[in-house]
Amino acid sequence: MRSDRPPPLARTDVPDSDVVLSSRVRLARNLTGEPFAHRCDPDRSRSITAMLRGALLQGDLDENLSWIDLETASGHDKQLLVERHLISRHLAESTTPRGVAVADDETMSVMVNEEDHIRMSAIAAGLQPERCLRRLIRLDGELETRLNWAVHERWGYLCACPTNVGTGIRFSAMVHLPALRMTGEFAKVRQAAKDLHLAVRGYYGEGSETAGNFFQISNQRTLGVSEEELLDQFQRVLIPGVVRYERAARDVLMDRERLAVEDRVHRDLAQLRAARLLKADEAMRRLSSVRLGICLGLIDEIPLDTINALFLHTQSAHLRDRVGGTLSPADARAVRAELVRQMLSL
Amino acid sequence: MCNKPAVVHDTHIIDGTKREIHLCAEHAAEHGFADIKHVSMASFTTKVGSAAVQSPSCPTCGTTVPQIRQSSLLGCPDCYDAFDKPIGRLIGQSQYGATHHVGRRPAGNDEDVSRRHETQRLMHELEAAVAAEQYERAAAIRDELAKRSRGEG
Ligand SMILES: [Zn+2]
Ligand SMILES: [Zn+2]
Repeated sequence: MRSDRPPPLARTDVPDSDVVLSSRVRLARNLTGEPFAHRCDPDRSRSITAMLRGALLQGDLDENLSWIDLETASGHDKQLLVERHLISRHLAESTTPRGVAVADDETMSVMVNEEDHIRMSAIAAGLQPERCLRRLIRLDGELETRLNWAVHERWGYLCACPTNVGTGIRFSAMVHLPALRMTGEFAKVRQAAKDLHLAVRGYYGEGSETAGNFFQISNQRTLGVSEEELLDQFQRVLIPGVVRYERAARDVLMDRERLAVEDRVHRDLAQLRAARLLKADEAMRRLSSVRLGICLGLIDEIPLDTINALFLHTQSAHLRDRVGGTLSPADARAVRAELVRQMLSL
Repeated sequence: MCNKPAVVHDTHIIDGTKREIHLCAEHAAEHGFADIKHVSMASFTTKVGSAAVQSPSCPTCGTTVPQIRQSSLLGCPDCYDAFDKPIGRLIGQSQYGATHHVGRRPAGNDEDVSRRHETQRLMHELEAAVAAEQYERAAAIRDELAKRSRGEG
């Protein structure tokens, strides 16, 4: 696991990158003739993990995947994988035999023995769910020639949690909504999302629900609507609606409060350039503000992808990786500040 | 998803239906927003529990209603038929009234399904042979799998 690489999601030459950081699609699949993952004893989990590892690493797949065994991986490596969104926190903290297969460029990962036997996801920068979906369907099509997925006449693909049955698919987009937060319109987005059967979550895990004004928006409905219909709604209606709303809020800010916004984003940039100790949430907050400043054309000397990459590289496992050892919280603040200063230097 | 005790209990009205949400500490934080996934199963499991004298269980995996209630997860694919009615109700609620799958299914007929079954069994055997260091046996299974993937099997 390397942490020094920029995330594939930092790219900004992609659709709607001013608001949409990344798109992700995941498919849940389970084997017939086996209990669901949480009901398997360790021996059976180990045997399923080995079998699925074999299926995922076969040379004739279109995807070139590498395997990481999570039963033996270090806590540090697991945290890196979580920070890079390649595995869930749940999979990292589980104690059963399990693993993950990851594409070289980290735009695809297949978790084995998470809540379902297989959870495969494809990720792309900006609003590109269709690319992700095509890739997953191809992989699923290859896997299904050798594995018997549990499928029900009425309920479609069966999942351990009955609320995921049907397509077993989840589309999600990570969106940056600073202007909606600043103008107090965000509550309306939540309500609208609810009405449209979408879930809204914070992206950076527990306790930081609104950190950086990033939100992950995803479909709740998986039954009675096909993959293609869901894609169409998500890509042409739902997320573009959020994007338009955020852009409108940005326009309002610029019309009515331009000076105040300018003041704020430049102060935040100056703080980041001056800080010698930087906490994670402070970094996130000020970087979010600078990101808005860049998108509004108020800051032009910093590329957007630098900021996108910093959101990742300022997280604790990534900082630990930089110094190649353990880091006390105070040291982490110093290393974080130094990294930010260096990347934002004039 | 998890066996941790629920610490967040919430009641929501979604599409005119009342929903109870129970989340463990970890998931409550993770799901900043009411997640349908954590809809309480208590509503249906109590009905099942009182209808039968003893706790019904899945004939395939033995999962019982209290276990489902605790984890919000089913035990195996056959649980869907074993707990047909209550699970159908729960799915209907969490899926906004949808009653049938629409969309992709694995390609092929019954013959393809049984061939896949055999392939899956061989792959299990292969891993077991490798683990037991039975390399000749593993090589033979690999040959058989290669034959199958070329469509000769
Ligand atoms: Zn939970
Ligand atoms: Zn069962």
